[in-house]
Amino acid sequence: MGRKAEYSEKQKKGPGRKARKQGPPKFPKKSFAPLDDEDKRLSHRQKQRVAKREQKKVVQKSKLKEKRTHQPRRQKEYNSESEPEEKQQAESSDEEVPKLVPVKKKNSNGFTDDNKDWLKLKSKKQQNTIKKHSDEEDLDEEQESENEFEADSDGELEEKDNEGTDGEEEESIDDDDDDDAQVGKLDDLFDDDEGNSEQDVDSENDEECATDDDDDDDEDDDDDDDDDDDDKLPIERANKKLKKRQDKDAKLAHEEMQMSVDQAEVFHLPEPGEDADKELSLQDVQQRIKDITQVLADFGKFREEGRSRSEYVDQLRQDLCLYYSYNEFLMSKLMDIFKLSDLMDYLEASEVARPLTIRTNSLKTRRRDLAGALINRGVNLDPLGKWTNVGLVIFNSTVPLGATPEYLAGHYMVQGASSMLPVIALAPQENERVLDMCSAPGGKGSHIAAVMKNTGVLFANDANRDRIKAVVANFHRLGIVNAVVSCEDATKFRSIMTGFDRVLLDAPCTGTGVVSKDPSVKTTKSEIDVQRCYNLQRKLLLTAIDCVDAKSATGGYIVYSTCSVLPEENEWVIDYALKKRNVKLVPLGIDFGEPGFTKFRQHRYHPSLHLSKRFYPHTNNMDGFYVAKLKKFSNTIPITKEEQEADEKQLDDAIASDQAEPNTAADNEEETIAPEAPRKTLGKRAGKPSLTDVEQDLKKKKLEKAKTKYVAKVFEKPIKMTNKISKESTSPVADTPKVKKEQTISQESPSSNKKEKSVKKEQQPDAQKNGQKPSSKAQPQHKTKLTNKLSQAPRMDVDELPLLEGKPIKRQNKLKQKSKQLGQLTKSKKPVDRKQKFKK
Amino acid sequence: MKRLTDERTKILFEKLAKYIGPNVQQLIDRPDGTYCFREHRDRVYYVSERILKLSECFGYKQIVCVGTCFGKFSKTNKLKFHITALYYLAPYAQYKVWVKPSFEQQFLYGNHIPKSGLGRITENAGQYQGVVVYSMKDLALGFGILARSTTECKTADPLTTVCFHQSDIGEYIRAEDSLF
Repeated sequence: MGRKAEYSEKQKKGPGRKARKQGPPKFPKKSFAPLDDEDKRLSHRQKQRVAKREQKKVVQKSKLKEKRTHQPRRQKEYNSESEPEEKQQAESSDEEVPKLVPVKKKNSNGFTDDNKDWLKLKSKKQQNTIKKHSDEEDLDEEQESENEFEADSDGELEEKDNEGTDGEEEESIDDDDDDDAQVGKLDDLFDDDEGNSEQDVDSENDEECATDDDDDDDEDDDDDDDDDDDDKLPIERANKKLKKRQDKDAKLAHEEMQMSVDQAEVFHLPEPGEDADKELSLQDVQQRIKDITQVLADFGKFREEGRSRSEYVDQLRQDLCLYYSYNEFLMSKLMDIFKLSDLMDYLEASEVARPLTIRTNSLKTRRRDLAGALINRGVNLDPLGKWTNVGLVIFNSTVPLGATPEYLAGHYMVQGASSMLPVIALAPQENERVLDMCSAPGGKGSHIAAVMKNTGVLFANDANRDRIKAVVANFHRLGIVNAVVSCEDATKFRSIMTGFDRVLLDAPCTGTGVVSKDPSVKTTKSEIDVQRCYNLQRKLLLTAIDCVDAKSATGGYIVYSTCSVLPEENEWVIDYALKKRNVKLVPLGIDFGEPGFTKFRQHRYHPSLHLSKRFYPHTNNMDGFYVAKLKKFSNTIPITKEEQEADEKQLDDAIASDQAEPNTAADNEEETIAPEAPRKTLGKRAGKPSLTDVEQDLKKKKLEKAKTKYVAKVFEKPIKMTNKISKESTSPVADTPKVKKEQTISQESPSSNKKEKSVKKEQQPDAQKNGQKPSSKAQPQHKTKLTNKLSQAPRMDVDELPLLEGKPIKRQNKLKQKSKQLGQLTKSKKPVDRKQKFKK
Repeated sequence: MKRLTDERTKILFEKLAKYIGPNVQQLIDRPDGTYCFREHRDRVYYVSERILKLSECFGYKQIVCVGTCFGKFSKTNKLKFHITALYYLAPYAQYKVWVKPSFEQQFLYGNHIPKSGLGRITENAGQYQGVVVYSMKDLALGFGILARSTTECKTADPLTTVCFHQSDIGEYIRAEDSLF
């Protein structure tokens, strides 16, 4: 038995009544459009009236249809006298009479407050025009009904209607007045806007008058248009008109502004001695820079009468030097390199430091793991870019990045983004023999080893014994075990070891691209520094090319890079190498960066130099950098041994004289301006050939001799390609007397010879026709006249043989060096002899 | 680059055995070519024979470093391992010590490891056994000598030193000049 279950009153589970959730509030759908349900609220009488009105409308319609035939003429009359808007509304009213009230409502509802003014006006006019066309008897009743009707619906319309009912006889005049007022108002409105922007009250008034006048004409024109787009709503038409008016106002304003600019702001360039005594603030200078930039942008328009462009440019240079604290020499170089707009960007970008970047050591970790570890240490970072899979850019860090346990364990290397580019371009393969000629502090070298995955052999060399320690430390830290670190003069490397698959030459340079890192470059570098750098760079590059084995299965590449933006240290050096050795430029495999110059001022470089790349702070957000990749296609040297030695002597002399007596060298400078700044010591990176006292004395003597004979220190002069080619093609005999002439002039005669040869080489890089030269007498390797590559192959082998193995050469060279030191023997005899021996 | 004298070879291998025990064998017999120890200016380098041959082109004064430097012989013919040897010691080490993250930084500044800084330790390590020091994330930080055996470590009080510091990766920064 037990208790009887009571199912009926079972307590409901779940939330109680009070806890029940209240649904979202429901609003009547049309609450914001009160007019739609007006019928419901209409009283009986009102309904009656509505019905009556409907009837009336039908009558009206028929009447209007009749009148329509007359209307165009009428409109024309209106047009001549009154505002066209009115006419427009009259037109529109034709169609909209039947649904007059709803349309009105729509208008008043659909517009924002700004436009209400004139929209009201329009609807009023609509009414008025209707009234005009409707019968007199109907009017009273209609208005009455309307008044009544709108009383419940809309306040705004009520007002309008009251206005409208003021006086029927005045209507037309009223309309005109109102329209004028409204138009004036509109104009005022827009004029005010523009007046504010211009801050020019006087002109505003004038303009207002002008626009008013114009409006009349303009709107007459508009009428024609309006006839066309009858089908458009009045709003649209009004909008169109408004736009037109705005356009016109804007145009006028612009013209006026232009005029005022033209009249008032002709920048006055100060006379040379004018502001010598004046104290100039930095702001003044900046303003003047801007002004001059503007003037130079459109020189014909903004120039001052009687001032030449060069005066402006000089002033600009001075100002830029002052503002960014460069010396004149460097600034003028930069102005040559960049367009004016780019120059400003470059200078600005050079002032700010580049973002800190690190390179993941792929030998020890992966980028993702490293990023995770560093983020845990409070470092904010991001991948560097799509072009590298090891780079990370550091935004900010709470710990010193050069001392984290990850850094010490060799998981990454702090390295600029630009220093990764040469290695990417070099693209070393596994099991290759690679040389990094100027490796300190080992960033690029370790990158190479990481790419090679610790296979093969990496030779890292640097001339500076203090900096070489950093290379060793970094290599050990990063776990590189396949490296041989040496401290040699890189220019002598070809006597130590050759036959490399790839060589990276990150040449010592003036560092004009890394101004943000080392601002002292801005003021300390002068012509003589640049000259010394490029002489050394040429020598290094030739050595690098000689060290590479062209017949390497996988390589035969040389990558040349500098952190300078000057063409003297970049394109010119490559151009020189192209003439002296059997190398050609190949694409880097980097898809960004500016192409290298093929012409710079009066210089014309080899056209393939566009394959090299320049990187700028303002475009790539990395240090100013230059990278070129060369492929060696033959181990033969296109110039004769004698010329080669002459070259080397020249380079040595140039370097030595640069070091010994910079001023005389500067005086001897042919085509470049004399440096204003005194000679400053070059950075550590500039490797210096170690010269004994005796040697230096000899060099000095030679130099003095040379001074009397006027020796060009810049031995490689730019070549006008076309002229030379034509000259060459005419006859080989023609250049022999020239050579002789030059020989009489100076010791440096072979340079011209070389030049022509190299041009020839450029013309036909594959077919080496050096053997054709009649002047080359002591040349065992150029006996054959065959132009075919195939025919050269065996000869190349013979040439190569002694170069392949390192040790015997080294010994020989040691001997050679000794003999050179002792008796100042010429280098030429021995190698030639050796080669001849091999030939036999 | 010259061969090590017998005496020095003996010293070197004794020292190596302290840290990596019988794994010394693996340094000598490698599948990827012959590797050898060479001496240059009292420093011991470990390098592939192939690379060694190539390095012979350079003069005595010009050559700075070939392969990996293990350590330096003192004037009294004692070998001191440099931190650079860690690259080969760490993978072959038999006895390891892990330091707590809080002590990581202190170890990198050259401090001995007290019991409080000890995170983990290999079993059965005897006193004065050479060990490689790791962080808790298995990052090799350096190497040292155990001051206490593993069993003694367990009973030691927090401030006693359990591992003497010999070398740590902080030396790459602290002692760059003296190392190379």
